Amino acid sequence: MSATLVDLEETPDTQAAPVRAPRRRLSRKTVLLLSAGAIWLAGYFLLRGTGTLTLPTAELTDLHRSLNHFNAWVASNRADNPVFLYVFSPLRSAVDAVANVFTTTFAASPTGLRLPEIGWLGTVGLLSWIAFAVGNARVAVLTAAVFVFFGLQGLFVEAAYTFSLVVTAVLLSLLVGLPLGVLAGISARIEKIITPVLDFMQILPTFVYLAPLALVFLIGPASAVIATVIYAAPPIIRLTAHGIRGIPENTREASDSLGTTGLQRLFTLQIPMAKRTIVMGINQGTMAALSMVTIAALIAAPGLGQVVVRALQSLDVGTAVNAGLSIVLMAIMLDRVTTAASERAKPATQRRRSKVSRRLRVIVLGATFVLVLVLVQLSRTVLWAAQFPTDLNFGPAITSGVASASDWMQTHLFLLTETFREAVTVAFLNPFQSLATETPFFIIFAVLALAAYAFGGWKLTALVLGCLTAIVYLGLWGDAMVTLASTLVATVIVMVLGVLFGVAMGRSSRLDKLLRPVLDAGQTLPAFVYLVPFLGLFGATRFTAIIAGVIYAAPAAIKIMADGISGVSPTVVEAAVSSGSTPWQVITKVQLPMARKSLGLAANQGLIYVLAMVVVGALVGAGGLGYDVVAGFVQSSLFGKGMAAGLTIVFLGILLDRITQAAAFARPSKSTHKAQPVPNNSVPNTKEA
Amino acid sequence: MKSTSVLKRLVPALAGAAATALLLSACGGASVNQAAAADASKPQCGTVNVALNAWVGYTANAAVYSYVAKEKLGCTVVQKDLNEQIAWQGFGSGEVDVIIENWGHEDLAKQYITEQAVAVDAGPTGNEGHIGWYVPPWLAKAHPDITDSKNLNKYASLLATSESGGKGQLLDGDPAFVTNDEALVKNLKLDFKVVYSGSEAALIQSFRAAEKNKTPLLGYFYEPQWFLAEVPLVKVNLPKWTPGCDADAEKIACDYPDYKLNKVISKKFADSGSPAAKLAKAFSWTNADQDSVATDIQNGMAPEAAAKKWVEAHPEKVEAWLK
Repeated sequence: MSATLVDLEETPDTQAAPVRAPRRRLSRKTVLLLSAGAIWLAGYFLLRGTGTLTLPTAELTDLHRSLNHFNAWVASNRADNPVFLYVFSPLRSAVDAVANVFTTTFAASPTGLRLPEIGWLGTVGLLSWIAFAVGNARVAVLTAAVFVFFGLQGLFVEAAYTFSLVVTAVLLSLLVGLPLGVLAGISARIEKIITPVLDFMQILPTFVYLAPLALVFLIGPASAVIATVIYAAPPIIRLTAHGIRGIPENTREASDSLGTTGLQRLFTLQIPMAKRTIVMGINQGTMAALSMVTIAALIAAPGLGQVVVRALQSLDVGTAVNAGLSIVLMAIMLDRVTTAASERAKPATQRRRSKVSRRLRVIVLGATFVLVLVLVQLSRTVLWAAQFPTDLNFGPAITSGVASASDWMQTHLFLLTETFREAVTVAFLNPFQSLATETPFFIIFAVLALAAYAFGGWKLTALVLGCLTAIVYLGLWGDAMVTLASTLVATVIVMVLGVLFGVAMGRSSRLDKLLRPVLDAGQTLPAFVYLVPFLGLFGATRFTAIIAGVIYAAPAAIKIMADGISGVSPTVVEAAVSSGSTPWQVITKVQLPMARKSLGLAANQGLIYVLAMVVVGALVGAGGLGYDVVAGFVQSSLFGKGMAAGLTIVFLGILLDRITQAAAFARPSKSTHKAQPVPNNSVPNTKEA
Repeated sequence: MKSTSVLKRLVPALAGAAATALLLSACGGASVNQAAAADASKPQCGTVNVALNAWVGYTANAAVYSYVAKEKLGCTVVQKDLNEQIAWQGFGSGEVDVIIENWGHEDLAKQYITEQAVAVDAGPTGNEGHIGWYVPPWLAKAHPDITDSKNLNKYASLLATSESGGKGQLLDGDPAFVTNDEALVKNLKLDFKVVYSGSEAALIQSFRAAEKNKTPLLGYFYEPQWFLAEVPLVKVNLPKWTPGCDADAEKIACDYPDYKLNKVISKKFADSGSPAAKLAKAFSWTNADQDSVATDIQNGMAPEAAAKKWVEAHPEKVEAWLK
């Protein structure tokens, strides 16, 4: 979503002090990296096939077997253990109660058999009014249009369920996330403790904790909401902390000099000034919550996710796309409303002065509220306003249209896609995978340690070695290397797309406007929806999994690159153009080098996003760690192995994240070296400017 | 901002709409929920929680069971869409009463029936499951001897893909499925590699594409399955199953046994004396029965309507369940 990027871009800016390293160290870094590469190749050719630590798909290690007991332990303790009795059960009831309030209001009665408190007309009215109150008239119209469209798709009740559960999850995430975020914002120590925990929560695949969660909190909405909160709270915590930390030092000092106490400072200065960033966190949390819709459906969370999962079982692409479209629209709507709300949350001095006076706004709000009340009452008393009219249903048309389009594609493009797949697999993926899986593990230890030392010194080396040791201990080194190979190939494709489209969009705002909704869809459309046609095109292969990862990750990389390129100071570009540079020269010699920070960030985010798709990729033939995770979810005898695989993904993610972050932000990369020397501080800070 | 002008026009329009709406609602009368509430008043049976696993054959069983429980016994049936393993978990927590089609799952049976004693076996559904290796029909026609596992090595290079590292590819499905394929490949000395497609959807789509584009494919599959009505896959004969030939998982060199599919219900539900529990125990039909309902569902009929159609066409079977 549009706000994502902006903010992703912002975060590292504050951490990275762009210090220009002396030339000598640059060359030492190059030497280190080159020797790492040489060691890898030498190790591969001399020791190929030894020390690969592979574990056959059907086998377990002792660690996996002992983790297997976890599930059984929970099952036998949940009845009498005090933690379950006095902590988990009340928590579950509380979450259930909150979820119930929303679902009975908007979707259906508790048994799911009767009408909700407010029928569709009232829901549309009420939610549009809320959108108007927190945002503006434009998003209110959007909200109404989107909800009416759900009705026209024949999915109003499902959409209302999904909406209710997402709202519940976001509210609970705020309840947990805001205080923690504030704490992390005012205390550096708490932030240090909390950051790895948040990394863990975001990278650990949901499949790993879904089954135990359903065991502890029982099947149904409560477990689904809690699973969603685990995934949606981290961005809220991070952004709240970031907002509070980002308040200029002198503002704080000014307030301190007036003698404010800590609490006063927090409530009168820090929270109000961080409001905009905090609302952005709510935006990110909402998007994260929506991305859990299909997974939550696996533990009986009602809503659109159910439709997608069920359609997939009979390979009904049309129905899956119809429901997927609803999810995308809901995501776009929630994104625009929360973005509008964050605009409104800006301190009055920064906001564009609206021509609508405050008084008129209050009057309009009051008048429309009366109308809303009428609509609500209407929807409680008249059937056509309570249940969306079934004869206005375009769902079947969408379904059959999509189905025939997907059939056509699979029939006519198959040869083309197969050739392409074979070429990429044979030329890149297979050699690279063999390089990763058949090199002895200690060689890869040495290679990554050298690379880490080159980018980030001893501290990073220690962290990397720690992660690698943990991966070996978890017993899934071979699978981890399979996953690593696919992940890196996917990231390379993501970066190629990111640079191509990012540069194009950064240079043309019209193209930018045109492509953004497509990118939004790529990020929010549940992968399950487009995987079925892709299976037809590319078969159940690692390549299909890579494509899935690319579709999810490329939008983020493209948006970051586009923001970076458009952020290059126009005067610099004009100077280059007027001195006779061709467009190619402008791009390669000016814009790309100046946006190199974005390049690094795009690579980092691209990797992390690709990694987030590892489990989904396993559903279409990726194998590796993702397969272990899915297997652990569906077979109790493999639970321990699945958990180990999930943890391995976390360690792999942290390792890749830290190395790429260090490479991107610590020192200028080699490309700048060749470019004309531009003083670093001339790179404009796109966001705050 | 343009919104001022929009608002100016909006306000009178909204006021008008409000007035009309008020008038309309005044005529509205009683709450709509009262009408909806009326049809829930049927004879006493209580609530039955039926786990709904996602494959179509299961849906057919569940639809007919739910229809009969609702219409003939007056129960309130709550269907819960769940993954298989999660459904078993539900027996312990009291959230699931009935699993109406179960494929083996010895590990789960041991955990929940034997160890925790929260579930009981409610007898066979009458359906029989077959697991095995299959090829698309065009391939069986082009190379008739491929259906004997002894000849498979001859076709290893034909079946090789970029995923299988030079060997022939044997495509496996969802990690939830019972599989001995790695051991089979090893013990039958086949020059094949098991490649995991990772989901049922991926497996079906692979077979569909293989038949449509006439590409070679060997894969794990099973019946009853609605997809076989669309593409009648041909089974490859592995060495015959004999009792005990699959006792040692490492040394298996024989075909999969026939699975007698059964029903599992929670202990509490079984002991409650509910007529729905009796129905669950008595429920039994043939593969043809299931296929007819499953095909209707697959062709776009709502499960409940398909169930109604079958129940009305087979009153004698339903009567026998209710005795």
